[in-house]
Amino acid sequence: MASETIALGTVDGGARPIGERLHDWVVTVDHKRLGILYIVYSLVFLVIGGIEATIMRIQLIVPHNHFVSPQVFNRMFTMHGTTMIFFVAMPILFGFGTYLVPLMIGARDMAFPRLNAFSFWMTAFGGLLLYFSFIGGGGLYGAGSAPDVGWFAYAPLTSRAFSVGHSTDFWTLALLVSGVGSIGTAVNFITTILCMRCPGMTLGKMPLLAWLNLITGGMVILAVSPLTAAQIMLSIDRYLGGHFFDTQAGGSAVLWMHFFWIFGHPEVYILIVPSFAFASEIIPVFSRKPIFGYPVMVAATVCIGFISFSVWAHHMFTVGMSSYGNTFFTITTMIIAVPTGIKIFNWIGTMWGGKIMFKAPMLFCIGFLFQFLIAGLTGIMLGASPFDWQLGNSYFVVAHFHYVIVGGILFTIFGAFYYWFPKMSGRMYSETLAKWHFWLFLIGFHLTFDFMHIPGVLGMPRRIYTYEPGRGWEIWNLLVTIGVFFQAAGVLVFVFNLLRSLRKGDPAGNDPWDAWTLEWSTTSPPPEYNFAVTPAVNSRRPLWDLKHPEDPDWKYE
Amino acid sequence: MSSTALTGPSIEAQWVLPSRGRVGMISLIAAESAIFTIFVVAYIFYIGRSASRPMPKDVLELPIIATICLLSSSLTIHLAVRALRKVEVSAFGFWWLLTMTLGTIFLVGTGREWRRFIFEDGLTITTNLFGTTYYSLVGLHAFHVTVGLVAIALVMIFTLLGKVKPEHSERLEVFSMYWHFVDAVWVVVFTVVYVIGR
Repeated sequence: MASETIALGTVDGGARPIGERLHDWVVTVDHKRLGILYIVYSLVFLVIGGIEATIMRIQLIVPHNHFVSPQVFNRMFTMHGTTMIFFVAMPILFGFGTYLVPLMIGARDMAFPRLNAFSFWMTAFGGLLLYFSFIGGGGLYGAGSAPDVGWFAYAPLTSRAFSVGHSTDFWTLALLVSGVGSIGTAVNFITTILCMRCPGMTLGKMPLLAWLNLITGGMVILAVSPLTAAQIMLSIDRYLGGHFFDTQAGGSAVLWMHFFWIFGHPEVYILIVPSFAFASEIIPVFSRKPIFGYPVMVAATVCIGFISFSVWAHHMFTVGMSSYGNTFFTITTMIIAVPTGIKIFNWIGTMWGGKIMFKAPMLFCIGFLFQFLIAGLTGIMLGASPFDWQLGNSYFVVAHFHYVIVGGILFTIFGAFYYWFPKMSGRMYSETLAKWHFWLFLIGFHLTFDFMHIPGVLGMPRRIYTYEPGRGWEIWNLLVTIGVFFQAAGVLVFVFNLLRSLRKGDPAGNDPWDAWTLEWSTTSPPPEYNFAVTPAVNSRRPLWDLKHPEDPDWKYE
Repeated sequence: MSSTALTGPSIEAQWVLPSRGRVGMISLIAAESAIFTIFVVAYIFYIGRSASRPMPKDVLELPIIATICLLSSSLTIHLAVRALRKVEVSAFGFWWLLTMTLGTIFLVGTGREWRRFIFEDGLTITTNLFGTTYYSLVGLHAFHVTVGLVAIALVMIFTLLGKVKPEHSERLEVFSMYWHFVDAVWVVVFTVVYVIGR
């Protein structure tokens, strides 16, 4: 069986027609190919979402600008938010998970390979539906084009009266369809990790990436399903004339907010936990030390998973809840900072006394540590309900969550790119270009998002398409927009590096980082069957045991 | 199972992991439970908030027979799978057919109830909040029953063609978990809609 597949693999390198090779990608059920499809798909949307952000920032660069109309501006922030969360961050993290989890646990593939392909194509179809709204959103009325209701689509903006045409329908269907894909992926992750581990890999010996993806899977199942339910209700309201969120018939607009944020807040952790997973794999390897406090890391993540379901209404302090509600959600928000803080100390503990190698993956992870800390601190500020009444819906909030998503999540994603690029492609990236990418992006990030806090404190609300001069906002908006161009330049260097290294990079070998988890024991890129012989492990760092038979980890674990 | 030199001390010969089907189905059921939870929460939240008649107490009658049928189908599907595991294929066919019949009776009961509401009581999904939440919640459940019945009918066809073998009992057991879940959801829907909400 194995030799047969090897023979096929060598034939594959020959000159088969491009149509046939593309066909292979479309019908594939191989977790590595699907992982790469997820990642490439997300990168395309990352560029699209980035262009939307750039359009908004150009509009806001000076007061009374007329770069785009208010209607277009509304569409841009809606599409930017929806795209970045549902069609960039989630699929890219699922892509890395799909690629890495089976390799890291020594499995042949995911538990349900066809479900895996189904989930990807559902997600892909969701993204296409969302962007088809630019063409089909007007419907027969010629009203509007892309959705313009904001990424959380509060009622009654989504009702037929305020959103004629089909723009909101495209939005809700896109999220419904991609939500089904996400639930499928989560089912697959959980089943793969629980049922497909190689011999010897008990739960206590799993790589942290597998652990954290297991927890993410659980959160996706419990958080994305409510969103799916809410989208069904919205569709019933819009198409069948229901009254779920119709205040005139006794429905409640606030109920939508609850339903959305019951999804929306765990979603933040659905995105950040896989990012934690990248950091937990990269930081030890580049500090040349095993991870500090493995069981505490797992326990803290499980705590985050649970608590993340009890903090949602801190997005709703400004709606006017009861004092009990405000108190409860303030306290839970403070509590969730504790396990998150524990993790930061664990990563610092891993680096402490280590022989740190400042390669691109590590640089991005160090950036992540600092930025995520600041993001967490502004999160605690906003979690205090009286403070939130002052700054809710201001640019301070926008700065805070971009600090989490760009400074935390995107930085680790870039780190993960550089770390696993040699494994996925078999070639090394250019370290010089990667450092250019890091520094350009770091400078751009801080220009944009550090200074974005200040107009928020000065009272600039989010989602305004222009503003009056003389409020002290001009200089900050100018700096914020200048930062965007640095970030765009960084991303361009990144994409260039990626494309160039794919063709001209040095061969990477199986294990360029002298790492310790199973994916580095197979070839780069791994063969279709992953491992010629099913591996068996005795510790959390099986390759360390292999390379250091005189001092293996299993003696101490 | 062969293993590479990654080993130190020998790995226990028995390396048993949970069955994929069961874990996958439990995960799916967890996701479905979350979806139903949101619909149930919406239903409870909107009890008594309808701006117009008919109210639940005007129209709702306890669907006793349909409920008995659906709940007992949980028992019959269990007996069916047990029979198949004991290699009694004809007994399996009998219990499976009974399950299908009971499920169908339930669905017909829901259909008759809807027909009465629409044509006699004038209650549709657009009438008021009660209509919206009632048809959504009961409809979501009926949709799950329908999906289950389609799967049961497929297996029934395979049984009649003689294709169902004892080695399929684990797969059917995984499916029966779904059917039990649909029944359990009905207990919640029944309590919320016909007992609390009336």
